Amino acid sequence: MPHPGEATQNPRPLWGGRINWFKYSSPQTFFPVAGAAIPGCAAAAGLLCLAGLYVSFFVAPTDQQQGEAYRIIFIHVPAAWMSMFLYLVMAFWAGVGLIFNTRLSGMMANALAPTGALFTFVALWTGALWGKPTWGAWWVWDARLTSELILLFLYFGYIALNAAIDDRRRADRAAALFALVGVVNIPIIYFSVQWWNTLHQGASVSLTRAPTMAATMFLGMLLMALGFWMYSIAAAFVRVRSIILERERNAEWVAEYMRRRG
Amino acid sequence: MTWDSLEAFLAMGGYGVYVWGSYAVTFALLAAEVVLLKMRGRAIMKQLERTAGTRQHAP
Repeated sequence: MPHPGEATQNPRPLWGGRINWFKYSSPQTFFPVAGAAIPGCAAAAGLLCLAGLYVSFFVAPTDQQQGEAYRIIFIHVPAAWMSMFLYLVMAFWAGVGLIFNTRLSGMMANALAPTGALFTFVALWTGALWGKPTWGAWWVWDARLTSELILLFLYFGYIALNAAIDDRRRADRAAALFALVGVVNIPIIYFSVQWWNTLHQGASVSLTRAPTMAATMFLGMLLMALGFWMYSIAAAFVRVRSIILERERNAEWVAEYMRRRG
Repeated sequence: MTWDSLEAFLAMGGYGVYVWGSYAVTFALLAAEVVLLKMRGRAIMKQLERTAGTRQHAP
């Protein structure tokens, strides 16, 4: 049992019992953990993408309706998944930072934003290149496309708001609030094809029914999605390590880390 | 094998521009992000090395 006086000397988290989960929320502790995870994630990303590309181009059959143009799906759908998923993860860390006031949470949210914006742009870009041959238009103001474009602006808004405020902790809090409000857009993107009459086709893959496509097509998409996922983890960890060093550059542990590096 | 020849592979059934335009831009952007991440990491390390140097000389 902890001594009654201990709580005031050493502020304890709201819960946690014997395991202090907040220990892992310290940038100093997380810095080497992220560093150790990066090579494995990067290697997995490379291998999964190579396997995904092989299946996409050499195993998956030609589509009967769309010919070879459909092969854009192997990038388009995984990128669109990542664009929404990364936003949710970013908003989650932003929310954790708001509630528990942990420094690392804001850094993690910051680290995810550019990669999320990248995949959102990729989803829009490949969508335009797919729309032209199949719909006859690069762009239409359809619910799915418009809400995905709003997602790109949400990422830009988050990054810009963060950059506009000098005080890092205040910037984190303001941007976190912005990110959380923007979460409302994610179900709008996801269900847009059901809620509105759109040009965009419905979900090719659903949790509640079997994929409406050849198994090899699904495999290609899955491999690319996992590859993008691993890439995102690696990129976010590399970026969060830079952010940690940038923000903690005056901390003693960073000086110690530099001394040990020689 | 899906493709009869390299030309057929590159042509993508007449959709080459759209298919390769998608894949090329995607992987170019990913590569660009990797380069930017490396540059950012190198910049902060350089800055830290400089401050570490001044600390040693001026206690």
